[in-house]
This record gives sequence, structure tokens and C-alpha cells, in this order.
Amino acid sequence: MSRVSTEDDEVSADPAGRPSRPVPNQQRLQKKDGVRAPDPTTVQTKSKPRLLLMGQRSESLFLESTARIQKDSLSSFMEFDVWDFPGQIDIFDNPNLTFDMDAIFGEIGALIWVIDAQDDYLESVARLNSTIFHLYRSYPHINIEVFIHKVDGLSDDYRLDIQRDITIHIQDELSDQGVENAPVNFHLTSIYNHSIFEAFSKVIQKLIPRLGQLEAMLTNLCRTCRFEKAYLFDVNTKIYIATDSTPEDMASYEICSDFVDVIIDFTEVYGSWPRSKRWKERLEGEPWCQPLEDQVACEWAESGMVLADAQRPIMLRQVDRSLALVAIMKEGSYDKMPQINMNVDVVVKGLTEFFEITKPNQTVVGAASGMVSPGLGQG
Amino acid sequence: MSELENTGAPGVAGDPTMLSAAAQAQLKKVKKQKVLLMGKSGSGKSSMRSIIFSNYLARDTRRLGATIDIDLSHVKFLGNLTLNLWDCGGQEAFMENYLSQQRAHVFSNVGVLIYVFDIESRDVERDLATYVNIVSALVQYSRDARLFVLIHKMDLIQPMLREDVFDQRAALVRRKTAEAEAVMRKHLQQQQQQQQQQQQPPPQSQPSPSPTPEPSIHLQLFATSIWDQSLYKAWASIIHDLVPNLSVIETQLASLGAAIDADEILLFERTSFLVVSRWTSREGERNPYGDRFERMSNILKSWKHTCSKYTGTPRNAEQFSDFEYKMGATFSMFATKFTTNTYILVCMPPGEARFNSAKLNVAAARSWFKFLDGPVVQAQQPQATGYPGYGEGSNGGEA
Repeated sequence: MSRVSTEDDEVSADPAGRPSRPVPNQQRLQKKDGVRAPDPTTVQTKSKPRLLLMGQRSESLFLESTARIQKDSLSSFMEFDVWDFPGQIDIFDNPNLTFDMDAIFGEIGALIWVIDAQDDYLESVARLNSTIFHLYRSYPHINIEVFIHKVDGLSDDYRLDIQRDITIHIQDELSDQGVENAPVNFHLTSIYNHSIFEAFSKVIQKLIPRLGQLEAMLTNLCRTCRFEKAYLFDVNTKIYIATDSTPEDMASYEICSDFVDVIIDFTEVYGSWPRSKRWKERLEGEPWCQPLEDQVACEWAESGMVLADAQRPIMLRQVDRSLALVAIMKEGSYDKMPQINMNVDVVVKGLTEFFEITKPNQTVVGAASGMVSPGLGQG
Repeated sequence: MSELENTGAPGVAGDPTMLSAAAQAQLKKVKKQKVLLMGKSGSGKSSMRSIIFSNYLARDTRRLGATIDIDLSHVKFLGNLTLNLWDCGGQEAFMENYLSQQRAHVFSNVGVLIYVFDIESRDVERDLATYVNIVSALVQYSRDARLFVLIHKMDLIQPMLREDVFDQRAALVRRKTAEAEAVMRKHLQQQQQQQQQQQQPPPQSQPSPSPTPEPSIHLQLFATSIWDQSLYKAWASIIHDLVPNLSVIETQLASLGAAIDADEILLFERTSFLVVSRWTSREGERNPYGDRFERMSNILKSWKHTCSKYTGTPRNAEQFSDFEYKMGATFSMFATKFTTNTYILVCMPPGEARFNSAKLNVAAARSWFKFLDGPVVQAQQPQATGYPGYGEGSNGGEA
């Protein structure tokens, strides 16, 4: 699995450092409430969702404390801008600095607010409230994702207590101000397990156009092949961008994510250096007489591993440069691998088409509806 | 580790004369090896032991307390090799005790002494003084023992400086070792001469009689850390020389590799996932990752840990049976349970037909390696394996 980044970033910032203004994820917004028309002043051709990181945090999640706005571009299956805000600055009430609110919030996909669960969080909650309050008036569609961070070391009960406490503080305050049903979501996170990746996964998923289609494809695959759970991974970040409709399950996400890591490691050691010409010639000569490319069934990575406890296999199939399908199979189904592979082939093809169609630089809405769901064989 | 060459002409292992009478006799012998693990308190001996042999994660070793006196464990390593691992608590009082009252008990019949230095230690002089005493005792009671010195906790040194820091410390340790050995040998010689003159047994138990000028002690040094694969590199070297029938394993692996057209074969012990033996083709030798063997151990061990967490089975239980991975037209590989005590990992050129026949042939070759499972009564005569046929996967031997 190569980690080459995707095409050049054409939406990059202009010389003044201000990015052009893509419309984030328009169709999702429309789907959600059907009211808000896209702002006519925005550029419609490109959409590069932006994640905004805010809130107090002293360490770890993003290494050293952030002192100024850091703008990064995360380029993978989709391109994202990640803007990391200094924890100390109050952007709404700062006499020394004035921020161009439209430039910051005009086209963000999600606002991630990090709260340190092991610290006195009330001040941060108050700041979050004022942020939500300011935003709600002008940009009511921004997803507010609250990461209650550093919950490792806290008991399960205590974590839920904190979450409840924070939720109540936010809701009460907002309804006092007359803001009802603000789109605020909560995630308990820690860097000592996979929860931070899971939380990011969920944030990202909300920004994916036509997520429902993806999920339907995976659900269909799970049903046909009797998979327990399937994930579509972004290989570089280990974020899953879709899963089937069975309930959330952290444990299966962890093992699938670690399996991706194993494959990446093996690929680095054995697949990242060029073989000699002599080697290739020998392998393509007698008795095979075929180019190596024709001797393999699959252009990208494919892998399977049988867990010893109940003979449950895990399978991985790379979809394209940055995506891989990983699934946990039902016990004893390793023998059926050939049929399963045929079904997976079909889904991979479907996924490839899906991403071709929903590529941000195409007119998304019309094309996607023409999407045909892949017919899974009766394997 | 041994230098393996790609000389494995097909048929070598298929030759029944391979397992000569001598080799067969060797196969039956159960080998017990006394392994001493020593070093100052807190240097990380028990942590590394837990990671290698009990599948602890590096971060879990924080839970371990100080070792009191000697923690004895028997590690069954492959079928006919048992390691008697003496994890010797490193507090000063214990150390003095090992060197005085328990001297003969601790230091006789030692196969391997592993001495661990904490690179962050404040009092290097004192560490070395203790080390010199330990080496002296070892030379006195087990003159054929192998000595491994691990300069540990290297992760605490800045990456840029690691090599220099290690080289300096290694040179110092080498010098001290040579000095300690020379002094002790001289002392022993004198003692012996006295003995011969007086015909009177000395108060302490007798050192083995061999007054000939002997080669200096076998010493190897490693820079290690529990946070990366360097630990596996050191332990694989330690284990490597203890593995019984090593030459047989190596020859067999070489002919298997040539027969199935592999680029690399690694043989892992099943619990520790240390590389017991390996074979690499000439093309495989071009792999720029010189540390790949210990990396593979590390990757598979942490994968095992993930599995154990997911399945809820014990850490030391077997976690996966079959693995295959085909990376397009680049390479393919598979790992599978091989004999009762081993896993085999085979790295191959791409190609479905090649892959399938290699899997069948590896399964067929299991009987060649049955001796790895223990004191075999009758080592079976290996049967010729089929060469990679086209698709048909010629099934040469019985598994």
C-alpha cells in the first residue's frame, strides 16, 4: 500500500494565505434541512472540507501547544484542511486581533472542540458555549464535535458523569440564550487506545457525500458474504470512512485498524524496494511465459488471516491508493475465500465507481443519483 | 546470526544421508541450558524477559516490581531445548550474595550469561566494578559460557548520539571484560599449580582442569530498548547459538527455499516469535532493510497482542493460524503454523500459481522439520518435495 499522496492541491491558498472558498459538502447540508440555499458568492467547483480544531489542550493530541493558527492539508481519499487554533485565544472577544469570521467559519465542515477531561473544564465549556452562540447566528449548519479528551485513567462511570455534566452545561446555557437543538456531538477520547481515531472517523463521515450509499454497499456485502463487520479504511490515517449497518463495535475497529498496520509494515519491508531485472525475467520466462502483472489476480493488496480462537478470518482488500476494505468474517468461512473474493471484486469495483462519481470537482448531485448499486453474486 | 548463502541446491535436503547417524543421535538429546540474566537493579532484566517470553507489551512492564533474589523459570523453547532462565535480582545485597555464598551454585554450568547495563545509570564506575566481579565468577566456574552484554534503555539517548554512546560503552565493557578474564585465568592457573604441588584440594569447588592457553571468552554486545525491535535482535542472537540441530535446520530451509522459489524464509519459535533460523535468496539479499528479521518478530508479536485482546484468549495462546498477503505484482507472502513449536513465514515473488504450489509444498515439507518438536524417536527420512508445478501444486510428501 503506497502512501503517495493524491493529486496536487489545486485549492491551495492564494499568496495572501487565504484559501479560496470552496463550498463544503453542500448536498449534505441540503439533505439535512432542505432550506438553506448555497451562498451564491462561493465558488462552486471545488469542495474541500475544513476541520477546525479549537479548545484548550496542553499536550499530546497535537504535540506542543499551538500558538498560532496552523493550517494543514490532509490529503488522502478526500482532501481536508485542518486548521488548528491556539487554545488561549478568544477569537470573538479579542481587541488586539480581528479575525475574518467568514474566512474562518464560512466553509468549515466541522468544528472540533477539545476539552481536557482531567482538568477543570468549566471555563472551556463556557468558551465553547460562547463560540456556539456566536456561530449559531451566522453559520447554523456547522457540526460542533466535542472531544472530551484524556479520559484514559478515569473510570467508566466517571467518564459518563463528566460527559453528562458537560452536556447539561452546554444545553442549559444555550437554551437560556434561546438556541435550541444546536448540532453538538460528544466523543470520549484518549490517545492510549483507538478512541481518538474512532471519533475522527465519525467526524469525517459526516462530511462524506452520499455516505448512505457507501454504507449500503458494505451492509450488502456483509449480508452476502456473512461478514461480521466491514470497514472502509483510509489507509494513511486509519480513519474509517464507512462501515456496515451493524452496531458500532470498538473492538472490531481496533483489530481491523491494527491489521492495516501489519500490512503496511510488511509492505514497507518487502514491497518497497525494486527487484532486479534478472529476477523479473526469470519469473516471466519458462514455464510461466507471462508478465508478472498477468500472473496475479489483484492489482492491489489482498490479504487474509485466520484467528486461532474460532477460526475467524480477517480479510483486507485494497480499493485504490488510499482506501482499503477490511472485514471480520464468520468463523470457519476461510474455505469460501474464492467465492468471497468474487463478491469483494464486485464491491471494490462499485466503490471505485462511487469515488469517481463523487469526486469533488464534478457536479456531484446529479451524477451520484445515477449510481447503480453493485449486484453481489449469490456466492 | 549465521551467514547463510544461497547455495541451497534443490535436492540437498532430499538426500537421505543428510540426517546422518550422528545427527540422529543429536536429535534425540534434550538440551537444557542454564541462562543467567544479571545486571543492576532496575536495569530492565525482568521487563525484557516478560516481553520476550511472556508476551507482555512494553508499556505493561511498568507493573513489574523488583525481582527478589533469583526468579527461576523454565522456558520450553522448541521441542528439545529448555532454557533454565535465572532472572537474578540486581539489588546490591543479592549481588554480593551471588558472588559469595551462592557463587558455585549460581555460576557453575552456565550456558549463557546475559548482563544488562542501564545506559542512564549515574554510577558507571560502580556498575563496571560489579560487572567485573560477575565476569570473574563466570570465568571461574563456567569457562565455556557465552557472554552477552546488553546496553539497555537506549531509547533514552538521542537518536543522533546513540551509535557513539554505544560504541564508547561497548569499548569500555570489552576492555573490562578482557581484564577481568585475564586476572581470573591467571589466578586459576596459580591455584592449579599450587594444587598440583600440594596435592591438596582447595576449599572451593574445583575449576575444570585445562591449563592450556585458552581463547578469550565469547562476548557479544547489543544496544537494546524495549520500545523497538532491537530487543528481538539481541535475543535472537542469544537464542540462535543454543538451538539444537541448527545446521540441519539451515540446510533444510535452504533446500525448501530453492524448491519453492522463495525469496526469504523465516522460522519463528511459536511463543517468543524469535527468529530461530532463516534463509534468503540472492535476490532477497538485496533487501535494504537489514533489521527486517527483528522487525518481523516485533510486528507479529504486537499483532498477536491485538488478537489476544480481541478474542479474549490468553496472551501466550496461539493467536493466528494462517496468514497470506499478496501485494499485486510486487511480492506475496504467507505465514502459517509450521511444526508444533514453530511458525514459518515465506516471502515470494508474485504470481498465483507460484503462491499456491509454494503453500502446498511448505505443508508437505513439515515432515522434514518434525525434529523441531522434540526428542524425536525416529527422524523420518525426508521425501522429495515437488517443484512448483503449474497450478497443480505437486504434493510431494506427507504432512
